[in-house]
Amino acid sequence: MTGLTDLTIAEARDGLRKREFSAGELAEAHIAAVERARPLNVYLKETPERARDMAAGADACLARGEGRALEGIPLAIKDLFCTEGVETTAASRILGGFKPPYESTVTANLWAAGAVMLGKTNLDEFAMGSSTTTSAFGPSENPWRRRGDNRPLVPGGSSGGSSAAVAARAAMGATGTDTGGSIRQPAGFSGIVGLKPTYGRCSRWGIVAFASSLDQAGPMTRTVRDAAIMLGAMAGHDPKDSTSAPLPVPDYEAALTGELKGLKVGIPREYRVEGMAAEIEQLWQQGIAWVKAAGATPVEISLPMTKYALPAYYIIAPAEASSNLARYDGVRFGLRVPGESLDEMYEATRAAGFGTEVRRRILIGTYVLSAGYYDAYYLKAQQLRTLIARDFSNAFKSCDFILAPTAPSAAFAIGEKADNPVAMYLNDVFTVPVNLAGLPGISVPAGLSSDGLPLGLQVIGRAFDEAMVLRVGDAIERAAGFTHKPPFIAGGKE
Amino acid sequence: MSLIEGRTGSWEIVIGLEVHAQVISQAKLFSGAATAFGAEPNTQVSPVDAAFPGMLPVINRYCVEQAVRTGLGLEAEINLVSVFDRKNYFYADLPAGYQISQYKRPIVGKGKVVLDMPDGTTREIGITRLHLEQDAGKSLHDQHAEYTYVDLNRSGIALMEIVSEPDLRTSEEAGAYLKKLRSILRYLGTCDGNMEEGSLRCDCNVSVRKPGGELGTRCEIKNVNSIRYVMQAIEHEARRQIEIIEDGGKIDQETRLFDAGRGVTRPMRSKEHAHDYRYFPDPDLLPLVLDPKAVERIREELPELPDAKKARFIRDYKLSPYDAGVLVGEKASADFYEAVAKGRDPKLAANWVMGDLFGALNRLNVEVENSPVSAKALGELIDLITDNTVSGRLAKDVFAAMVETGKSAAAIVEERGLKQVTDTGAIEAAIDAVMKAQADKVAEYRSGKDKLFGFFVGQVMKATQGKANPGLVNELLKKKLAG
Repeated sequence: MTGLTDLTIAEARDGLRKREFSAGELAEAHIAAVERARPLNVYLKETPERARDMAAGADACLARGEGRALEGIPLAIKDLFCTEGVETTAASRILGGFKPPYESTVTANLWAAGAVMLGKTNLDEFAMGSSTTTSAFGPSENPWRRRGDNRPLVPGGSSGGSSAAVAARAAMGATGTDTGGSIRQPAGFSGIVGLKPTYGRCSRWGIVAFASSLDQAGPMTRTVRDAAIMLGAMAGHDPKDSTSAPLPVPDYEAALTGELKGLKVGIPREYRVEGMAAEIEQLWQQGIAWVKAAGATPVEISLPMTKYALPAYYIIAPAEASSNLARYDGVRFGLRVPGESLDEMYEATRAAGFGTEVRRRILIGTYVLSAGYYDAYYLKAQQLRTLIARDFSNAFKSCDFILAPTAPSAAFAIGEKADNPVAMYLNDVFTVPVNLAGLPGISVPAGLSSDGLPLGLQVIGRAFDEAMVLRVGDAIERAAGFTHKPPFIAGGKE
Repeated sequence: MSLIEGRTGSWEIVIGLEVHAQVISQAKLFSGAATAFGAEPNTQVSPVDAAFPGMLPVINRYCVEQAVRTGLGLEAEINLVSVFDRKNYFYADLPAGYQISQYKRPIVGKGKVVLDMPDGTTREIGITRLHLEQDAGKSLHDQHAEYTYVDLNRSGIALMEIVSEPDLRTSEEAGAYLKKLRSILRYLGTCDGNMEEGSLRCDCNVSVRKPGGELGTRCEIKNVNSIRYVMQAIEHEARRQIEIIEDGGKIDQETRLFDAGRGVTRPMRSKEHAHDYRYFPDPDLLPLVLDPKAVERIREELPELPDAKKARFIRDYKLSPYDAGVLVGEKASADFYEAVAKGRDPKLAANWVMGDLFGALNRLNVEVENSPVSAKALGELIDLITDNTVSGRLAKDVFAAMVETGKSAAAIVEERGLKQVTDTGAIEAAIDAVMKAQADKVAEYRSGKDKLFGFFVGQVMKATQGKANPGLVNELLKKKLAG
């Protein structure tokens, strides 16, 4: 018999409402799983007491028959979301000891829907990375292993702690943030579902900023239905975030009909990149066959500016980051390394507080905004961004959604790409254009690589059409029947 | 043209001013924290103002309205779309490491300020732009031997930076421009113009050239905090530059500070200004889009501004341009004057307000809002003059007593028996007595020495302690002296 930690959010919700088990029992099972997951280094902070308190509250609500959307559901929170009174680090030493006096809007929305907090998950420092290896607190491990190879693999990143925790059954779902693929790529690497909503769908208020014009929070779950449930609770207009969209949040679960009849699926010609594994290509073809079987008609589309997406992204994101991270100066919170002068204090604090990748991006960002380089780099990148967005709006004239791989490869070993940042950046080739255009995208586990690692397919939709993305993702999920589990499972059999 | 003389001939000064005006608003530009002056350090700071992780700015619509109002008051173009940028630099009192400002697309474009020159002419000074930005906090270097303390109360308060064209030519013009700008801001209620509290600060761009020649290299004098200092700083800076050029030297474009104690400008340490600000659009804020209807509504609700008020005073009250200009300088003075002038002789009212009242206020160093004599009280005094209850000369004493005691004119006249004597019998008696005592002077007068008439008037007034009605004294005296 499967344990409580193996249930989906939807199943747990039903079980709780029927009083088959209590929120307290569900929380205890997960608290134990969180402890067993420690070898993976996925949680930076465990909050079992808070989980018990919240579960008790949930049980009280359930007893009154007032269960809300996520009543009693234990979730992990990427440690980029500020949580009131709970240390928030962004996986950086520079935030050492920082306990926010406020709760991010997204997590507040989740708690208001009855969810239970298990703890804060590891990530690449300030969400800068695709492997969760740039964390100041050590890399997280993917619960998956290559067949016949016990080397630890990365869970992807930057939301790798979240994806690994969900895959290892150490949380029913988790929050992630996606600036260039940081939800979808780790979801793909970890064999789970990851949804990046449209820019503006979820509030950024209270999320430690990486690149403000790209950052977007989203759910990471084991099923598409769970992602729909979680997004419904996370999303919504927030007057505290000027870039949040004043739009109503639809019932996403209602979109999961399994039916794609009359829809056109766009297949971007330019996504056949050099060096992409043959099995990724095969999976893509398989995906096309699945959506076709569900009623959709494939059309070839062109996104001609795709090749400029990575260069544009690696100018815009560091530019914004260089400015966003200026506030970590040792003056008001977090780490301070004293110096003889103000400048010395800045230099000592930031040198000790930031890791290599963060420093690299601050330098790149500072450079591309400097006098004399702004026009050649930042301005050019912004123009490319406009053209990339136009590519998508043109494509959506002839199709209703786009199907593509999530990443050009499966999970790689820890340390494998550490000495080559550009190879690391190439991981984001299919995800970055979506962020630049601000569109919603989902990664759904669709198959295994020849050496037994999960591979994801990505569905991209029109702005604010998360319902479509979820609907297609659900159809792919049904067709793929992905039931594989990673070799490391933290959730036990109770 | 106003030139200054150097050893090699005359020079022209070219001045442009950048004024930072604190917006009158209950809350800050991007947070809900309060803005009151003089609060305990760090008591008016939200996590947004302290740039805590994940905090986001949300524009305060009222501050935007105030900027639009100011733009309209400067007869400027209002840009329906403007953009907030980040100006990046590190300093302990700049929590985010950037200031949110408007760089390429300000909310207000070209406008103008009209100066009233002492010779009665006017001069138009161009406004280049007005943009909204946040203020930084305050570094306190004198609280501790080793540490600098930071007060973030000011951090995030809305400022309007108002940039003039380099149209000013003398320090006096610069002073007049600042006074006029301050007056307009106060009329609009968008900035209190209080330079001591730092709600109006000024950067001066100064260069010199031979009259009509190419523009010279300019220096910027930062953060001058009184109109008098602005004028002194410009004077000194111009002379410094002329001296350098006349000695064969070259002006370095640089940022300088005004040392009020020594009356000189000195260069800032290079560290203080060697910034590459790396401006870029703030991704946390959408472009600021204004509804043209809302702009029109603000335009319709604009108060009467100094120039319009001056024109009306000249037209309706028949005041001289000079008098009208002085009275409209501060809205409070103009309001005071209008209250006094209502239903009375406007010229007489102007004389009293500008003469005795302003004199008294100056002496007491109080603003017209706190005048010890209200407009109503001054009006009553003028009424007593007009209906001949008190003579114009004694009225001055009555006014002085009003300032001192706060009593009404009528009460003082009554108390001190200053009521004008209009009883012809009493005046005739006084005249008779004077003529009797000065019989030889009467003879001289009658033999043709007309000039003595004034002497007799004086004697009669003296005999009546100044209370005799001067008109009656004249009339009766003439008759009697004629014999």
